[in-house]
Amino acid sequence: MAKSKRSIPEINAGSMADIAFLLLIFFLITTTMANDQGILNILPPKIVGEPPVIKERNVLKILVNANDQILVEDKIYMNLDDLAEYTEKFIMNNGVDENLSVSPAAAVISLKNDRGTSYNAYIKVQNELRKAFNKLRNQLSQDRYGANFDALPESKQDKIIEALPQRISEAEPDNVGGDL
Amino acid sequence: MPGISTASLPDIVFMLLFFFMTVTKMRSTEVMVKLKVPKASEVTKITDKKLVHYIYLGEPTDRLKATYGTGTRIQVNDAFILKSDIPAFIETERAKMPEYKKNQIITALKSDAKVKMGIISDIKKQLREANQLKLMYYTNKKTSKN
Repeated sequence: MAKSKRSIPEINAGSMADIAFLLLIFFLITTTMANDQGILNILPPKIVGEPPVIKERNVLKILVNANDQILVEDKIYMNLDDLAEYTEKFIMNNGVDENLSVSPAAAVISLKNDRGTSYNAYIKVQNELRKAFNKLRNQLSQDRYGANFDALPESKQDKIIEALPQRISEAEPDNVGGDL
Repeated sequence: MPGISTASLPDIVFMLLFFFMTVTKMRSTEVMVKLKVPKASEVTKITDKKLVHYIYLGEPTDRLKATYGTGTRIQVNDAFILKSDIPAFIETERAKMPEYKKNQIITALKSDAKVKMGIISDIKKQLREANQLKLMYYTNKKTSKN
């Protein structure tokens, strides 16, 4: 009965901030901001049977050589800045020019590089091609549904993809300038 | 003049701590190659980090040059491997995944911008051999000109 009212002393929380800071700094150092982004690419599966025959005019041939120069349709040397525009023209030709594609759905880009081509040049070309496709898809989405491609629901995106498939085929590289 | 009360300081710091704990990810591997990835504007972001595994490509860093030379090397996890080891690596990555996610895994290629396409073509060939078709060229974001 004598010790009925014992007061419990408060725990001193003055150093709590220090401990928390320590933990915070530890996590700041050992972790990285998750930032995974890049150009997503679907490789073709291992070859099964004969490749389909595609009409010459529907194929846009792009070669990036070992000096990182861009050759289009085996005859035009092109600057990187002009590539997206030319690709758009090729896709949206709709049969007007007899050397360019018949329709957007039939157009195929054939990308070829040498073994000595730098990765940087290859990525830049891939980027330009994607830029062309993204722009055209956004235009079509705006025309049909009044919104950008990314903002559309999946069912509508599929319709746009059907009208404007992104067909980039990659050929085996030539053995020019390769060291490995 | 009364002192400023620091009683809520721990709360603030804990809040920061929890924020960083949730949005960041532990550094899992030490990159053993010189890495300066190219820039691109048309990028896709990957939302599910668990699906991604990495292949690093480039010259060994200055510290490792004496041991491994200056040729382009392929690194996965914490070791250099040969091109022919890639299917086995993909298989182990696939084995870590639950059944329904096995065909959704993404290979992120973190390659130095100076690397030649020859070796990258060989890697792509090996990935196709392993039936791993989702390949992401890891790039930094460049804001497009227009």
